[in-house]
Parts: sequence; structure tokens; C-alpha cells
Amino acid sequence: MAVDQEQIITSKRDVVGRTNLKQFPWWFLIILAIAGYMTIRIIIDPLYQGIFNTILQGIGTTLYVTVISFVFALLLGLILGLGRVSTNPIWRNLSISYIEFIRGVPMLVLIFTISFAVVPMFARTFGLSNNSVSLTTRAIIALVLIYGAYIAEIFRAGIESIGRGQSEAARSLGMSRVQSMRYVILPQAIRNVMPALGNDLIALLKDTSLVSVLGVREMTQVARLSVSTSFRYEETYFILTLFYLTMTLVLSLLLQWLQRRVGAKG
Amino acid sequence: MNTPATEPMIKIEDVSKYYGSFRALDRVSLNVNSGEVLMIVGPSGSGKSTLLRCINHLEIPDEGRIVVDGITVNNNEAHINAVRAEVGMVFQRFELFPHLTVLENICLAQQKVRKRSRQESDQIAWQLLEKVGIPEQANKHPPQLSGGQQQRVAIARSLAMQPKVMLFDEPTSALDPEMIKEVLDVMLDLAREGMTMVVVSHEMGFARNAAHKVVFMDQGRVIEQGAPDTVFSNPQHERTKLFLSRILR
Repeated sequence: MAVDQEQIITSKRDVVGRTNLKQFPWWFLIILAIAGYMTIRIIIDPLYQGIFNTILQGIGTTLYVTVISFVFALLLGLILGLGRVSTNPIWRNLSISYIEFIRGVPMLVLIFTISFAVVPMFARTFGLSNNSVSLTTRAIIALVLIYGAYIAEIFRAGIESIGRGQSEAARSLGMSRVQSMRYVILPQAIRNVMPALGNDLIALLKDTSLVSVLGVREMTQVARLSVSTSFRYEETYFILTLFYLTMTLVLSLLLQWLQRRVGAKG
Repeated sequence: MNTPATEPMIKIEDVSKYYGSFRALDRVSLNVNSGEVLMIVGPSGSGKSTLLRCINHLEIPDEGRIVVDGITVNNNEAHINAVRAEVGMVFQRFELFPHLTVLENICLAQQKVRKRSRQESDQIAWQLLEKVGIPEQANKHPPQLSGGQQQRVAIARSLAMQPKVMLFDEPTSALDPEMIKEVLDVMLDLAREGMTMVVVSHEMGFARNAAHKVVFMDQGRVIEQGAPDTVFSNPQHERTKLFLSRILR
């Protein structure tokens, strides 16, 4: 009997050990190893170091465009998302047309259209010259208009995830539609969509590379310019890749940490 | 009832409600006097919850008229909000606001609708938490509470608005058996204090102890009404008898 039990215990331990090995985040080690290899190359190889320093000059613009675009896209997304679920037919239909329009056109095409057709059109209406709106501003406007539509759908889903009983409870206490949305529905909806908004922030960070087509000197554009004179394709684009990978991983970890903190509070 | 000198608190006149071609309410007429406890019983789908929800306009009647404390409930947003502020409602699934603490749950509408100060609403909230017997839970969030405690908070939240009428939509049917009594006790206290109450529930004990009138509904109609003892021990209609035999056993 005693032997049997011991066997059971050891086999149990085996199973536990094996599942731990299976659940270990190996993917993280693999990515870390690749990133680590590249980092070592950058440290020991002067050529790599030079390219690294060049691309580094674009990181400020990349971050700036990401943050500013995300803040305004959140605002636009909230307005459109509320419109999407509004009982006001004008607001609702305008929101839906806008969202469907944006979602039906490729992002790269939209960046061209907004930067070189929509913005000049508006500039003309307000009597501004064509050059008065900088390329970086156009890039930000384009990303805000595009991501506003995507984020609107996130907010809509979040609002719809809150049961009807919650708004009924708020309304039966005499709260108006607006009060019920502001104090009862939205706070819960926003907490529910935090992970989805985080994903969109990461996606936006990556999509800022698209505005290199406008000549905005963010990381991708800086890398392209550098390559056009140095012809060091391999080194440059590998390092550029490493930049984005590191940034998205760090951002992802940061968001997870933030999520846990908010989750713990509730 | 002796002829009431005053107008009834709730006057329901010929109210009908359709969902497509399904008739949820069929020309229902009812009066609830001030201080009266009315209990609505009936099989599921009989329209009792729909009727309750018409009183504070969570459902919009297709025909007929409902007057609460002299205010006719119509589609005017201002009228609806005026009526809702006077009518408290307790839901089957509590519907507490999970992102707020118990205290904040009770204070929110006081501050935003009644425009009370933080201090004043806090004071009222604490009094009500004492009344429903759970002041020690004030700073917890609703999901940390048991079902019975949550429902008592929901009652306190409604009472904080100092309503003239309280509506209860199956307040104990989502609760574990051992928690039903604590909620019914709070409701009994309210009834004794003279609160006008409309209760949709099958708690026969509560009906016998607290209700002044019982209404039996089936297929959107009021089939029978009267004092609880009369309706329960001497039902006149076949459908009432059948229903009662099933739930009383």
C-alpha cells in the first residue's frame, strides 16, 4: 500500500512538472533570444550601431504621432460609438455611415485620400493655403479619422455588453438617458473594453509606419531614407523590425500591468 | 374597501399592451390606494411583470391610461422622469451598479436627480443601511455581497429617493431559500410603515401577512381580485384554483 501511494505521489509530481513546462511562456524566451541577439550585434558592430542611431532619430515622431492620434481617436470613437447606439436617428445614421465608409476602404488609400484630398479641401474652405497644414498634422488627422471609426465599434460593443437591466435600474431611479449613460453604463463599458482599446493602441503604433508614405520622418521613413544612400537593406530593416517588436512588446506588458491594477481595484 | 375620500395613488384604466400580435395586457383596470399593499400573482407569461413595468413606464402601454399620484404617465420625457422619481422599483436580479460601492449605489440618484449634497445623501444612505440591517457592507462592491444583501441594498437605493410607491418585480425569486426571509422582513417593515406597494411575487406568507389585496392574472387579464384570505382559500375561478393548487400544493 505504502509503495502504491508513493508511486501515485511521484506520478502526480511528474504530471505537475510536465504541465508547468508546457505552460511556461516559451514564446517569450524565443522572442527575447532573437531580440537579445540583435541587441548584441548592435552593441558590438559599429555598422549596426550607426543604423540603430539613425533610426532612433525617428522614434520621437513615431511615439508623438501614436499618442496624439490615439487620444483624439478615443474622443472621436466615443462620439461615434455613442451615436451608434443613440435613439436620435440623425446622429445614429451619420455615425453608421461614417464607420462603414472608413471600414470599407484600405488604410493606405485613406491616408492618401485624407492627406491629399480631404485636408486640402477643408483648408481651402477655411481660406488657408495648401502648405499651411504640415505633413505630420495630416498624418495625425488621417490616423484619428481612421482609428476613430474602429474605436467607435469597440465602444459600441462595450455599451451593448452592459445588460438592459442596468439602464432600467438607473432610469427607474429617475435618471435621464444621459445621466444613466454617463454614470452607470459608460463606466462599466469602458472597463470592459480596456483590453480591446489596448490592442488598438498597439495596432495604431504599428500603423504609424504607413504614414512614411507622406514623408513624415518617423522610424520607417528614416530607415527608408537611410537605406536609399547606404544600400544596407538587411541591417537597416532588421533593426527597424527590432524597434517595432520591442516597442509593441513593452507596450503590451505595460497594458497588461495596467489592466491588472484596474481589475484589482474593481 | 370603503369609498376612499382621496384619489387612488395608482389608477390603471383599460390598459392594453401588445408584442406584435401577442396581447400581453388585455384591458386591465386596477386601483391602488395610498398605503395599500397590492400583490399580483399568476402563471408566468400572464402579464404581471409587464403591468408592473407599465406603472413606471419601462414598458409603454399601447392603450389605456395610468395615473400615478395625479401625474398621467404618457410619452413626455419630463413626465416620465417625474413619475419615476416618485416610484421606486426593485428588480428580480437586483441590478445594483457593480462599479460603485454599496454607499455610492444608494447616493448616486440622490445626488444626480434629487440634487442633494454629498453629506446629506451619505447621511440618508447610512440611515437606510441601518434600516435594512447591513451598515457594515457600506464600502464593499455589490459582487462581494450575498444575493439577499444585494437585494436589501437595492431596496435601500430605491427608498433613498423617498418614493411614494414601491414596485417589486419578483424580488425573491433569484435568491437562495435561506436568504428569502431577510428580504421579506424588510418588505414587511415597509408595509407596516404604510408604504404603498405593488408586489409581483409568489410568496404566499408575505401575501397573508402584509397584502391588503391580491390580484390574480392570467393571459393578460385580471381574473380575480380580493382580500388574500378570500382569494387563496375560496377562489371563484377555475384558473385561479388550478394555479393555486400548483403553487400551494
